[in-house]
Amino acid sequence: MFTDDAGKGGISAGGPGNSAGSNRRTGGDLVQLITPGGERVSHPEFDPWVQDVSDEQLGALYEDMVVIRRIDAEATALQRQGELALWPPLLGQEASQIGSARALRDDDFVFPSYRDNGVAYCRGVNPEDIVKAWRGNALAGWDPYTVNIATQQIIIGAQTLHATGYAMGIQNDGADSVAVAYFGDGATSEGDVNEALVFAASFQSPVVFFCQNNHWAISEPVRLQSHIQIADRAAGFGIPSMRVDGNDVLAVMAATRIAIDRARHGGGPTFIESVTYRMGPHTTADDPTRYRDANELEDWAAKDPISRLKSLLDRKGLLTEELETAVAAKADAVAKALRAGTINMPEPQPMDIFKHVYSTPHSPLDRQQDHYSRYLASFGDPAEAASEEGAR
Amino acid sequence: MTKMTFARAINSGLRKSLENDPKVILMGEDIGALGGVFRVTDGLQKDFGKHRVVDTPLAESGIMGTAVGLAYRGYRPVVEIQFDGFIYPAFDQIVSQVAKMHYRTQGAVKMPITIRVPFGGGIGSPEHHSESPEAYFTHTSGLRVVSVSNPQDAFTMIQQAIASDDPVLYFEPKRRYHDKGEVDETLDLSAALSMEKARVVTEGTDVTLVAYGPLVKTAKDAALAAADEGVSIEVIDLRSLAPLDFATLEDSVRKTGRLVITHEASQTGGIGAEVAASITERCFYHLEAAPVRVTGFDVPYPYSKLEMHHLPGLDRILDGVDRALGRPNSLSGLEG
Ligand SMILES: Cc1ncc(C[n+]2csc(CCOP(=O)(O)OP(=O)(O)O)c2C)c(N)n1
Ligand SMILES: [Mg+2]
Repeated sequence: MFTDDAGKGGISAGGPGNSAGSNRRTGGDLVQLITPGGERVSHPEFDPWVQDVSDEQLGALYEDMVVIRRIDAEATALQRQGELALWPPLLGQEASQIGSARALRDDDFVFPSYRDNGVAYCRGVNPEDIVKAWRGNALAGWDPYTVNIATQQIIIGAQTLHATGYAMGIQNDGADSVAVAYFGDGATSEGDVNEALVFAASFQSPVVFFCQNNHWAISEPVRLQSHIQIADRAAGFGIPSMRVDGNDVLAVMAATRIAIDRARHGGGPTFIESVTYRMGPHTTADDPTRYRDANELEDWAAKDPISRLKSLLDRKGLLTEELETAVAAKADAVAKALRAGTINMPEPQPMDIFKHVYSTPHSPLDRQQDHYSRYLASFGDPAEAASEEGAR
Repeated sequence: MTKMTFARAINSGLRKSLENDPKVILMGEDIGALGGVFRVTDGLQKDFGKHRVVDTPLAESGIMGTAVGLAYRGYRPVVEIQFDGFIYPAFDQIVSQVAKMHYRTQGAVKMPITIRVPFGGGIGSPEHHSESPEAYFTHTSGLRVVSVSNPQDAFTMIQQAIASDDPVLYFEPKRRYHDKGEVDETLDLSAALSMEKARVVTEGTDVTLVAYGPLVKTAKDAALAAADEGVSIEVIDLRSLAPLDFATLEDSVRKTGRLVITHEASQTGGIGAEVAASITERCFYHLEAAPVRVTGFDVPYPYSKLEMHHLPGLDRILDGVDRALGRPNSLSGLEG
């Protein structure tokens, strides 16, 4: 039940060396497990949560990150070539998305934003389904229930409430899965996000608020949204928080595991601020040179999440030619399939616009549909009926 | 006269208002250094400072609610909503506060707020970037609602909207932002056509075709095409959606006896419904046929690959004109 006194009983969050009391940290120092140079540094509180990550799994995280960067680059290229209408690059945010998404169980449920294409990939969404909406072939590319990730939210922050409500449902069902909301630094200003934090705290719902602070909301710097570290705001809602290096895949994974574990075991919501950087434009329609300094980009390039993990692998002697070849081959194959799948995507049919407005027949709309099909039929070639020219 | 784009014309009108009245303040997301995602506020922050051209936190209810507070304090806020589909978080502040304040306080507190909304489709955008929400606001008493269709009106009416002591929603047809037109930047506002007046943009005798915003151009093109077939269409640009200028509409319909209304917004409860019902009440004995609406369908705005089917185009408008004229059309033979 999501009553407002749930969770007040001091339920243990479980996990190695942690109790609900000791790990209810608030913001604080940036947690880092891999330095920008690729050195593994120890952290007594977070290390236990990634102790089990084997060499092989480290290689798999590396592969994931390389593959989604490649998907991102391919999609950007497809947009430039006119195959996609728009694309919001995630370049620079690979560790945040992979580290967090790989900490989830299949039956957890994700509520992402438009930029969380790496998260969607990890949930098992087919890359060509990821680009479907950006090509204009659908409003959303997948069925949320087959992959346990909702469709990408464009209304900033709205999905945080959805995740909270979903978590309230999990609570009511007595299940132990967790809902995860992904959103940006800019989103934290929206009323919806603040209301989500209130609800989650009141009902102690099993939800994780995963905020990717990529430092920008289109042209607005994060300092316009928050006067203090974003993670520190959570305390005001009574929600524990962590501030992690979002370009460090292990730190992100550890933090997400802590939060997930707490939620799963009745410990309620957690807020994670994953500090990263949007290395590309806001979308392919944006020109960041109008509002940000090139030096800033350079500074962040030195903290690149993929080269960081690559250096760590190298230091550990894991960066074999075999691994590099396999990863490159996988990235190539995924990109090739994405391109082919995009270009060959079936075209939607005109009458599709009338489908699924309601779940049962609706006579005024049925009449409009009938009239429009008569209208189309009055043309020899239906495509002519709505030529770009005609509608302009 | 200077030739300029639609976007530039609004920019120029905003600049004039900022120059003429120190109480004018622009607020919105990304309107400063970026100049807005459509560059409508380009250069204004640089010239007028960050206290007059304000990049706000990402929160529409916040923008609108603080605009109410600024208006309370005697300012004249001009708020930019980045895209039509993002106005809804501000809906409560607009409907419950902006619209009702003057009434609630018996005129003591004025809300001279201008709400700029790039609206409409046709630019291949993702969801929430192509909507036409004007009817929600024309339905709300206390608000004035206008939509501009050409650079000159854009320039003039943004200043009239800002000068209005009532709140004004100012709908900008984003697919026309790059269209160019002659603009007289020296135009005296008091001599300009009132913001509440519609304008006959093409004179005709057979049928009255009413449009606003993005579809005025389409309607004019339709009139040209119809002229080739010997049909004389009178095109009216509504300009003001609330209040409607019935005098201009009645004059035209009394002359033509036939009425077609077109808009991108869905049909049910739309501007077309209001125009058709009111003109039927006012000009019943002059009408030779039932008014015809050619509008977006009653569906959520569809994905961009199919948006041209949703948007009334020239051919669909002409099909409606044929129906009003009793000529063969796609619905010939159907009752009602
Ligand atoms: C309610 C709403 N207002 C405005 C927008 C326009 N918009 C799209 S993305 C964006 C910035 C979002 O920034 P952030 O939350 O930091 O996410 P990021 O894009 O950096 O991933 C804005 C203002 C929107 N999509 N929804
Ligand atoms: Mg951001």
